[in-house]
Amino acid sequence: MILTFALFIPWLGALALAVLNGWTQGQARRVAAASAGLSLLALVFAWLGFNPDGPLFQHIDEVSWVPSLGVAYRVGADGIALAVATMSAVLFVAAIFYPVETRGQPRQYYAWLLFLQGAALGVFLTLDLLLFYVFFDLTLVGMFFLIGRWGHGEAQTAALKFFLYTFAGSLLLLLGIIGLYLSLETPTFDMRVLIAEQPLAGTGTYAGLVFLALMLGLAIKTPLVPLHTWLPQAHVDAPGPASAILAGVLLKLGTFGMIRLPLAMMAETFATYALPVAILALVAILYGALVALGQANLKRRIAYTSINHMGYTVLGIAVAASLLTDNPAARQLALTGATVEMVAHGLITGALFLISGSFWQRTGDYALDHYGGLAYQAPLLTGFTVLAAFASLGMPGLAGFVAEFQVFTGTFAIYPWLAVLGVLGILVTAALFLDMLRRLFFGRLPTNLGHFPELSRREWSVLGVLSLGIVVIGVYPRFLLTLIDASSAILVGGR
Amino acid sequence: MPIGDLLPEIALLLGAVAIVLLAAFLPHGRQHWCAWLALAVLTIAFGLTWGQWSSVPRTTFSGVWALDGPALAAKGLILIGGAIGVLLSPAWMRTDRRHGEYYALVLFALLGAIMMASANDAMELIVGVLLSSVASYPLVAYHRGWSPGLEAAMKYFLIGALTNTLLATGVVILFGLAGDTDYARLAERFATQDSGTLALGIATAGIVIGLSFKLAAFPGHAWMPDVAQGAPAPAAALLSVVPKVGAAVALARFVSILPDSMAWSSIVALLAVITMTLGNLAALRQTDVRRLLGWSSVSQSGYALMAVVVIDAADGAMTALLGFLLAYLLATLAAFAVVTHLRGRTDLADYHGLARTRPIIAAVLILALLSLVGIPPLVGFFGKFLLFEATMAAGYTWLAVVAVANTVLSLFYYLRVIAVTMFQPGRGDFPTLGRSSEVALLASAVLLLAASLGIQGGLALSPMLELVTP
Repeated sequence: MILTFALFIPWLGALALAVLNGWTQGQARRVAAASAGLSLLALVFAWLGFNPDGPLFQHIDEVSWVPSLGVAYRVGADGIALAVATMSAVLFVAAIFYPVETRGQPRQYYAWLLFLQGAALGVFLTLDLLLFYVFFDLTLVGMFFLIGRWGHGEAQTAALKFFLYTFAGSLLLLLGIIGLYLSLETPTFDMRVLIAEQPLAGTGTYAGLVFLALMLGLAIKTPLVPLHTWLPQAHVDAPGPASAILAGVLLKLGTFGMIRLPLAMMAETFATYALPVAILALVAILYGALVALGQANLKRRIAYTSINHMGYTVLGIAVAASLLTDNPAARQLALTGATVEMVAHGLITGALFLISGSFWQRTGDYALDHYGGLAYQAPLLTGFTVLAAFASLGMPGLAGFVAEFQVFTGTFAIYPWLAVLGVLGILVTAALFLDMLRRLFFGRLPTNLGHFPELSRREWSVLGVLSLGIVVIGVYPRFLLTLIDASSAILVGGR
Repeated sequence: MPIGDLLPEIALLLGAVAIVLLAAFLPHGRQHWCAWLALAVLTIAFGLTWGQWSSVPRTTFSGVWALDGPALAAKGLILIGGAIGVLLSPAWMRTDRRHGEYYALVLFALLGAIMMASANDAMELIVGVLLSSVASYPLVAYHRGWSPGLEAAMKYFLIGALTNTLLATGVVILFGLAGDTDYARLAERFATQDSGTLALGIATAGIVIGLSFKLAAFPGHAWMPDVAQGAPAPAAALLSVVPKVGAAVALARFVSILPDSMAWSSIVALLAVITMTLGNLAALRQTDVRRLLGWSSVSQSGYALMAVVVIDAADGAMTALLGFLLAYLLATLAAFAVVTHLRGRTDLADYHGLARTRPIIAAVLILALLSLVGIPPLVGFFGKFLLFEATMAAGYTWLAVVAVANTVLSLFYYLRVIAVTMFQPGRGDFPTLGRSSEVALLASAVLLLAASLGIQGGLALSPMLELVTP
């Protein structure tokens, strides 16, 4: 019941906000934060009640829905889903608390955020393939309205492009899902059955096509180079908190989907194509880092580092899928690393996008060249940005390092050359973040920024919580790794 | 004579006659009584159809009239669509001095569509198509002094006359070839003897083109955007859904008696591709909402044809066809109900900021359009899902891929409408029509949501689907 609770509380909150009139901005925010917080609390309880030595999926709820098609309301979580879902809930609470200009429609703004939370958690927590698709698509609808209504710049074009591009991916995913569904003896959408039966093992071209459809759909969402072109504009024109959600939560739907669908349900086919996927991931790592280095726009720069970081995740997943050498320990390490990367990237990039939202609220400008010397003016802002940037470039002791270390160690055992080349990505990332910090906070303060306000209390408390998470995972990753290892061991066949 | 098998149809017929008589005597102020009478008749007919529900598939009147799952389900859909169309009308027609007869024409048009869906005999099919056509032309031209309406009616009539002639010619050739028009005996004949492929090809072409007119599918689709734009809005709502349901079932029945050597499934697949692509491309740049809905209706016919392609090859094809038609009917009616309730407001620029001033109406419009795209968990998704599943199960994966590409294409123009209502600042007031159109609007929205979130999840009318699943 606890997962169902976590899933529907945000939707109830969204419904209340949408239907009831006459709330002030503050009231609407408190209602939204309360429902998002309750949902987070439920996930924390689910985490505490999770037995690492138990079966793969726990906390299962099942209600019959359309038996003739084999569709049912099924929720349940493994360690990977629980970790990513909890991170998402944290990020939603943070995004709701973070101050934003709601343009006279606070109820609608918070209602859409909550709607999005319900849909995103649904993707992580459902055990029904059709429901997975339903939630996957609903996240598009929520984000479309958030960008189009509360974005800035070319917001409507960005929203339209985002929806069209990622919907094309969704539909490919749907074709893949139907392909999987039809390959079963008695068709059902129950993920547990699909994982147990591996219906497409050894079916050659058909399996290859289904795999291609699934991977294309998920790669657009992730996004994997060369399917990333929707991302920068959507990020730049979205409001800060929506960007944080887009990068922190919605991109994870793609990589989480790769673990849940191709990796778990068609392991044999994924193993055949693991090397090409890993090479694509390497391209994403290097390309994302290099393009980010060339950006003079704060938000575009952070957006491209997301492509780089999701590349690490995909690399980890591809390594976990490969059966090249019989080395389950390395594959498990890579998969755990990929999951930690999802959690770490969510917190780190979420914080960075919230910070860029603060910049926009103060000046309406993302051009790095228009800033400088803010270290004295706004020490708190500087501190939080430095922490997040260092975490993002993989500084030991912070969350990003734990993830990247595991991914690269795992990769080194399976594809040593890819690991060697991939480390170059970290080097470029370090350069681009140091350059960003230099241009924002050091050097001469432009005269028009003489009254640049420091972070408000609400802003720094939200960033403080996210930073705490980043540090805790960096220093004491045990609590997270126990949870994730429980599932990654089963998925790579080590237990 | 098993008169009892025709009770719903007889009710419609008697109702129409009563309305014609009543309209002759009622003063202008009370002409709307005819609408309530028509609604009562539709309710009775629906109840009588419900009574036939449980009966096993059979034919009656020496095999010409089918009483099976698809026929009953289509009948139910046609009656529901007709009821919403009728409910939309009185407020719209209030100023017309003689609008009583309008409802009689509506009932005749519904009767024609029902005959199409139930016909198990090519002659019966002609009668249904002609009845539906003849009753529909005056509906389009009901605003006698309004030239766009007359132009639309003229186009509708000319295309209709041509295609109906082709249909009749096709049936005559069919009769000449096989010496019969009964589907069951035709199927037997085709299975045993190889009768002149060229002549059979010509007959099939005539019949398919004739039905494509009612279906608003290529090549008989050209009237649809004009009718959507020029006809009275409630009539446009009716004509974009009701004949389509009848014609789709009729086409599915007809093609399944053809011998495999005809390669009919490839031809229908081609028509499906052309129809959906053409409709979507034409809708892309429309700035007129009613015309846009018209073209969208054309493209949706293309999706419906996908189910006809695999009607013999996949078990779930008939289920998919009717599920899709249900989704299409509810969403299109809701969209047209919004247009009607906003007094036929049609320029896209006039929809700016609708969500600010009239959130409920905007919400209904957005739900309807998203359902037409097939965004889950709206019923439109389940319709498309069933279609994709059936086509892929029958090995027509390429057709599903084309439909997917078209769905992305269609998202563009539906989103344009949604974006205008949600994101643009408002431009003044949005006057609405009246209480009865508001009730129709809400009824269509409730039906759409009920079908989406119903107990059986998206398939609220699952008894209907169970009935048609062989």
